[in-house]
Amino acid sequence: MNPTGSLCANNWARSSSLVPPGSGLPTNLSSDPSSFYGIGIEMPFKEINEPARTQSVIPGESNEDIKITDQETSKLQDWDPSAMLNNLLFLEEKIHQLQEVVHLIANKKCQPFEQPRELVTQEQQLVTADLTSIIVQLISTAGSLLPSVRNSLTDTSPLVGQLSQLRGINLPFGTGTSNGVQPQNNVGNKLFDQSIHKDVPNNCEMEQNHNMEEHEHKDEEDMEEGENLPPGSYEILQLEKEEILAPHTHFCTICGKGFKRDANLRMHMRGHGDEYKTPAALAKPHKETGSEPKLIKRYSCPYGGCKRNKDHKKFQPLKTILCVKNHYKRTHCDKSYTCSRCHTKKFSVIADLKTHEKHCGKDKWLCSCGTTFSRKDKLFGHIALFQGHTPAIPLEDNKGLAEPPDRCVTNENSAMVGSMNFSFGSNPSNENGVDNIMDVKGNIDDPINYFSSLNFEGCNFGAFNEFSQPSFEDSEGSFSFLMPSSFNYAPKSGGESCSDNL
Amino acid sequence: MKKIQKQNTTNPFESLSEELIFTILDFLEEPNNNNNSQQTKKSFSLSCKWFHALESKHRRALRPLRAEHLPSILARYSSIQTIDLSLCPRVNDTSLSMIAEAYKETLTRIDLSRSRFFTGSGLLSIAASCLNLVELDLSNATELRDAAMVGVARAGNLERLWLNRCKLVTDMGIGCVAVGCRKLKLISLKWCVGVADLGVDLIAIKCKDLRTLDLSYLPITEKCLSSIFKLQHLEDLVLEGCFGIGDDSLSNEVFKQGCKTLKKLDISGCHNVSHTGLSRLTSISRCVEQLVLADGSPVTLALVDSLNKLSMLQSIIFDGCTITCDGLKAIGNLCISLKELSLSKCVGVTDEALSFLVSKHRDLRKLDITCCRKITDVSIASITNSCRSLTSLKMESCTLVSSEAYILIGQKCHFLEELDLTDNEIDDEGLESISRCSRLSSLKLGICLNITDRGVAYVGMCCSKLKELDLYRCTEVTDLGISAIAFGCHGLEMINTAYCTNITDRALFCLSKCENLQTLEIRGCHLVTSIGLASISMNCKQLNRLDIKKCYNIDDSGMIPLAHFSQNLRQINLSYSSVTDVGLLSLAGISCLQNFTLLHLQGVAPQGLAAALLACGGLTKAKLHVKIRSLLPEILIRHVEARGCVFEWRDKVFQAELDPKCWKLQLEDVMQ
Repeated sequence: MNPTGSLCANNWARSSSLVPPGSGLPTNLSSDPSSFYGIGIEMPFKEINEPARTQSVIPGESNEDIKITDQETSKLQDWDPSAMLNNLLFLEEKIHQLQEVVHLIANKKCQPFEQPRELVTQEQQLVTADLTSIIVQLISTAGSLLPSVRNSLTDTSPLVGQLSQLRGINLPFGTGTSNGVQPQNNVGNKLFDQSIHKDVPNNCEMEQNHNMEEHEHKDEEDMEEGENLPPGSYEILQLEKEEILAPHTHFCTICGKGFKRDANLRMHMRGHGDEYKTPAALAKPHKETGSEPKLIKRYSCPYGGCKRNKDHKKFQPLKTILCVKNHYKRTHCDKSYTCSRCHTKKFSVIADLKTHEKHCGKDKWLCSCGTTFSRKDKLFGHIALFQGHTPAIPLEDNKGLAEPPDRCVTNENSAMVGSMNFSFGSNPSNENGVDNIMDVKGNIDDPINYFSSLNFEGCNFGAFNEFSQPSFEDSEGSFSFLMPSSFNYAPKSGGESCSDNL
Repeated sequence: MKKIQKQNTTNPFESLSEELIFTILDFLEEPNNNNNSQQTKKSFSLSCKWFHALESKHRRALRPLRAEHLPSILARYSSIQTIDLSLCPRVNDTSLSMIAEAYKETLTRIDLSRSRFFTGSGLLSIAASCLNLVELDLSNATELRDAAMVGVARAGNLERLWLNRCKLVTDMGIGCVAVGCRKLKLISLKWCVGVADLGVDLIAIKCKDLRTLDLSYLPITEKCLSSIFKLQHLEDLVLEGCFGIGDDSLSNEVFKQGCKTLKKLDISGCHNVSHTGLSRLTSISRCVEQLVLADGSPVTLALVDSLNKLSMLQSIIFDGCTITCDGLKAIGNLCISLKELSLSKCVGVTDEALSFLVSKHRDLRKLDITCCRKITDVSIASITNSCRSLTSLKMESCTLVSSEAYILIGQKCHFLEELDLTDNEIDDEGLESISRCSRLSSLKLGICLNITDRGVAYVGMCCSKLKELDLYRCTEVTDLGISAIAFGCHGLEMINTAYCTNITDRALFCLSKCENLQTLEIRGCHLVTSIGLASISMNCKQLNRLDIKKCYNIDDSGMIPLAHFSQNLRQINLSYSSVTDVGLLSLAGISCLQNFTLLHLQGVAPQGLAAALLACGGLTKAKLHVKIRSLLPEILIRHVEARGCVFEWRDKVFQAELDPKCWKLQLEDVMQ
């Protein structure tokens, strides 16, 4: 493990451990790099955690429940999202219907009692029935959607988990009838709240703690690896380094030629004889090997000490061979591909380079506040909206303009921010972007890891494109969030280099 | 002993108070832009040290000849407000930062439109130091990029900015300017082809005080128009050659309110704007006084109808449009009284329609019917009858108008100040009549082959205010005519007697009495010799443009007095003359000389030319024959170019002079 990488990761560990426990979660959020990436994948965690902590347990608006679960869907790869979506849509519709009915009843309640008793009970029964069906639907959906809950349940005692699910379904039936005659505003939600109150809190609490511990790691993982499989529920495979780095993984048994994909190999095999031309020989191999895999396969990184290594105490498995390859190259290999446009950013995975090159240089529309835009009109809309923001001219274009540094710093609070601004080649402005930077600095108040000064020195002041020069290794992690989306690949590689905690 | 004596001899002028002398100097400045005042001030400051110091203190405007002299100039003058660097082809960042350092507080205007070799950092130093900078002309700075605009944007008090032909500047640079220079009242982005909707839109959003906006030839579309029409003070909008703006973009309802203040609208060359788009434009901006529709869509009844809403309209320019008879008549029926109308090069102007039009617009002051080839005496008769207060009439190449018609002009239009009769059938009788227009200051009679000394003499006798006279190819005019002009019109500033082949030195002797003569064209007057030119150079100190192409008899002996006396000469054409290396080298003594053309100079050797090129430090343009290029050392060419001179290499074959009549016939052949 290279020491520079770990230094950065230490930042994170320290920063989050330094904060007083009382305000643990909020500060974590603000120093959370992912929140700068603007990728909503990690968000569901917070949304689930927070309600659980504040005991407001699933906020009153039932729509919000759906929202949460909705986001949850995107996180889970092994569930059929379209089916889930149907399910949710159905739920939403159902809840709306119910709301209308309850509204109607509430309005009638305001009037003096003149309806026959029968009608009222009939309505109540209708509501109760509807509610019950919604709750059943919701819990069955949620049960499958919230893997963390389920996993942690099965983790500790699978039976309890089962039980709670069962009870979740059963309970409303029992209490529903008695609660049905309660004051009827928010009947549905109240009911649901209570049922959750009784069962879930423990689990939520537990899960929250778990999250607190691993917060900084989890956020930095690749999105598809956010799953939370309990140890032992999957088979761990570990490829050797040579195997990972081999250019070809599939070899012809006859001539020995290597291929990257087994489909290509199968295409190649056709040349070796008619027996390879049968539909069976050309079909995807694992399709025929039984439709029911007994154990899920997960992968371990062969690099000792890596969190992706199975011996790590907080081991996070990798999901596919491709993940292994990308992880290994990004984290444990030299970055040998240099961007042909900026000549500064380096990558170890060629796909990352291509992604970067697509957006490197001209596609970047930068504002003096540090915000980048993928489209020019968006940048100009932003500038038109705010006072004092001005387009930042990219540095290649800016070479002729050698501004004396002292002039730039004069208006600044600190030389640090001044130079930061200058690196954007623009006027000083203490707006959003700069505030963000200040925030981050504020959080990390450990003088040893006063990373911004370190990074700026490495960056030669004002070289916008020099973020990734030799000092790249240690600057990247912190810069990837200082400079929101200044390079699109940042969530992946930047995050990972940070997460490689020894 | 000596010292004491020196102290005792005090300067009597020193008793004059500073204020008094400053007031006198203020009076000296009044005839604006006149080189005379510069000369006077120079003599004044040279009279004694005290005056020298006072004049240096008093001076507000500078137009340096060479950027090299800047250090001493800056040291001498302490409170300069305006610096015009248009005579310095090479102005680098160091010069700019020196200026910025010297005039931190005072500098309000700087003109860099003719200069090159400066970059963004020079501009930045000016913009950052000179906080009172109000006016900046960066036209023709074709090498400036967005980074330079970042520098410009630091000039927060800038009110007027010209960026014409800054081709490499994009929306990003303009965006910086828009954000930085919020007080802009004028911005000209003509030919800034890198700037599009986004940049213009941002300018209109951020600079709310804009009065004048020139967007000629920008690739803009309707997207920025709504912001432009929201500007509260916009008075002058130029959208010339904006092909992206068409009826479709103007028809949408995005900009419901127009500029109430808009006075001048120029949509010339917008082919995609027809009468529907125009009517939309006129309905939202009703206060327009001047409308330029040149080279646009055909002027039809519908188009003119859309102008009905403009109650303040005073001037319409239709140059180069196709005009229908109905359209022209409809202009006559507009419920306004036009002051200015230009139908130059319009196809379809007929006698009938034009007569009707002028009969309705009797208050016309300026009328341009250049190249309306169908009109005859009828039109001229009605023009002269209706528009008695015409001050300017341009009717070049109205060839069907007979000589009698010009008598009418002289009889009716006494207020004429500008008259262009180039290539017409006017004769001496016509000129005699026209000479009654005593206010004439500009008279163009080029290619009027029927006029003789007699007609020109009438003009000379009566039009004492004449400043410009064009007698190009009036072959019948001789020394007599010219001498009449020279005696009558003392204020003459420009005379063109090119190819008046009968002219001799005697005419030049007479012309040398016109002290204000600035431009002299005697191209092809092969009888003129160096002696005539010498008398011009000795007396016409203001001479700044001289064309002696094909004056075969002018040689070095003409150049030496020219170099000695005409210190204001800027531009000279020596092609085909008999000037040799000696004459050319002597010309290098004229410090103002910027532009020379030397084609087919038999007597000039490459060495001489090289020496002259080196010696003329202020050259900005040299037109030379392409064959000479290979004879000049490449290093020399590069050196001269680095000083800011542009070479134009021409490949013209040597032309023998044609007979004047034969030339006219040839021209007509080409035209048909």
